[in-house]
Amino acid sequence: MKKHFWNEYQKEIAEDHFFYSRSCIRQTFFPGSEATFLKIMRDVLDKEIHDSVDTHTCTGIGYHSDIIPLETAMTVIARLFAIMTEKGYENYATSCITSFGLYNEMIELWKHNPELLEKTRETLKKTTGREFQIPKNVAHPSDIIYKFRMELKEKMKYRLVNRFTGKPLRVVEHIGCHYAKMFPETGIGKAEFPHVLAGMIEAWGGEVVDYPERRHCCGFGFRNYLVQANRGFSIANTKKKFESMEPYEPDFIVCNCPGCPMFLDKWQYTIAELENKTYDKEGYGIPVLTYEEMTGMLLGYNPWEMGLQLHQVQVDRLLNKIGIPFDKDDKYRGVNGKILPTPNKPNVLKV
Amino acid sequence: MGNITTLLLQDVRFQEALNACMNCGVCTAICPSAEFYNYDPRKICDIVQREEDVELEKLLRSETIWYCGECMSCATRCPRGNTPGLIIMALRKIAQQLGYFVDSEKGRQQFILNKVIGGSILERGYCVHPDIVAPELHPEQGPIWKWYRDNIKDVAPKLGANYKGEGAGALRQIADKNLEEIKKIFEATGALDFQNNINRFSNEKRGTTSEQTYLNEIYTTNNNTHNRRTL
Repeated sequence: MKKHFWNEYQKEIAEDHFFYSRSCIRQTFFPGSEATFLKIMRDVLDKEIHDSVDTHTCTGIGYHSDIIPLETAMTVIARLFAIMTEKGYENYATSCITSFGLYNEMIELWKHNPELLEKTRETLKKTTGREFQIPKNVAHPSDIIYKFRMELKEKMKYRLVNRFTGKPLRVVEHIGCHYAKMFPETGIGKAEFPHVLAGMIEAWGGEVVDYPERRHCCGFGFRNYLVQANRGFSIANTKKKFESMEPYEPDFIVCNCPGCPMFLDKWQYTIAELENKTYDKEGYGIPVLTYEEMTGMLLGYNPWEMGLQLHQVQVDRLLNKIGIPFDKDDKYRGVNGKILPTPNKPNVLKV
Repeated sequence: MGNITTLLLQDVRFQEALNACMNCGVCTAICPSAEFYNYDPRKICDIVQREEDVELEKLLRSETIWYCGECMSCATRCPRGNTPGLIIMALRKIAQQLGYFVDSEKGRQQFILNKVIGGSILERGYCVHPDIVAPELHPEQGPIWKWYRDNIKDVAPKLGANYKGEGAGALRQIADKNLEEIKKIFEATGALDFQNNINRFSNEKRGTTSEQTYLNEIYTTNNNTHNRRTL
């Protein structure tokens, strides 16, 4: 029997009363996922979570594009912690993995260099008049969903099971690099055996695909995607992952990082258009979901109100496989059923 | 001790990132950039721990320091607890302080990164926002992204987002008072000076070329000498 290494590496996740901060990339590409998470927390788990009007970027994409000095990122983050403190919270839940990694980096630097903490407190006070406490608990929302996965299971209408064969769905889980690679103890299962998504998949009836490049980067690499001339890096790394997972015939991919599901989705489209290649047998590609979408889908939420139509690789066949009904006519409608033009179809990737 | 070495030793990230490197190469083995580019983080560690300014200046003026994707996979694997990705961040800072970044094709890209991402932070309060992911600059985003962008005012509210609205929610307009505080932090912590410095060296480099032409050039130019092998 396989040894469950992840079991040796658990982290503390708060029980309730969270201060939520949003992710630039999650909001841009998957705004419905953040709304879905808040709905799950409040309506299903009965948790109290504050969605602030005063939060903003942590500067993470700028910091990792090397145009933001460390001291700036540190003080902007201190301001976010100050907003949390002023609202009376101690548990910080950040939607973004880049932010999550950066908060952990700052907290670690402050521990090793108390003079930096003092300097940050002074600068924040001088520039904004604010004071902050370091959160008692910093969690990524995927940690919180993981913690309550069994409670959620009881409320779910569907399981990760193929209704035609009765077999578990085969799921690739992709963890954002900054979740645990920098500070392994901040992730469930640490960096080598992260269990945060695998735990959800297994609890909800699916089977985790263990493939060679499971821990490889999705291919973002900050400047290596943001600048068009560098995007060969990005697509090549994504391709490496797909070539590695293809023989295992996954039913879908799930990610906990804001950017990874976009890259793993959009680069499949690009590879199909450039090389006439898809990584499923039938030419539709492998659907890629966020963990909020996977959770909401099994709870029976309307897929088109969670934003599942924003993925280029279509999810309709996956919904059918699980047995989740959906209204095809509503897919590309706007709010209040407004009729909108439908998207163009790719040349190669089937939709 | 030379100027570059002094600057390097002052950066707390460098202090945190390097204990004596034994050059085992595990960082290179795990590195996505090393697989794609002419890049070897093991060599970076070797150069910086020798503390020779001539070698360091050559490194700072080269393409090499701009290949890392900062995924930090190296941090997980190093048996000495080193993080070459953090060393790269310290080196990139110095390359921009001293203006050496304009000597490499990849380094020159800092001008557009600063303009787009730095500009978006100060203008919108977000690093990334749908308004700056233009389909014509991002053909890889495909037809669904174009559809979403074209119809965002009708689709975003269906998804529970508050596109450019007041109050809480995804994609909300960040209030001016919050943007003001971010700007004050940028001023006090040196971000504005740092970014002005990037602009100053970049403008000197572009000379009489128009800014738009220069930006287009650095956004798209790839002389195809960067890769370790043809993929």
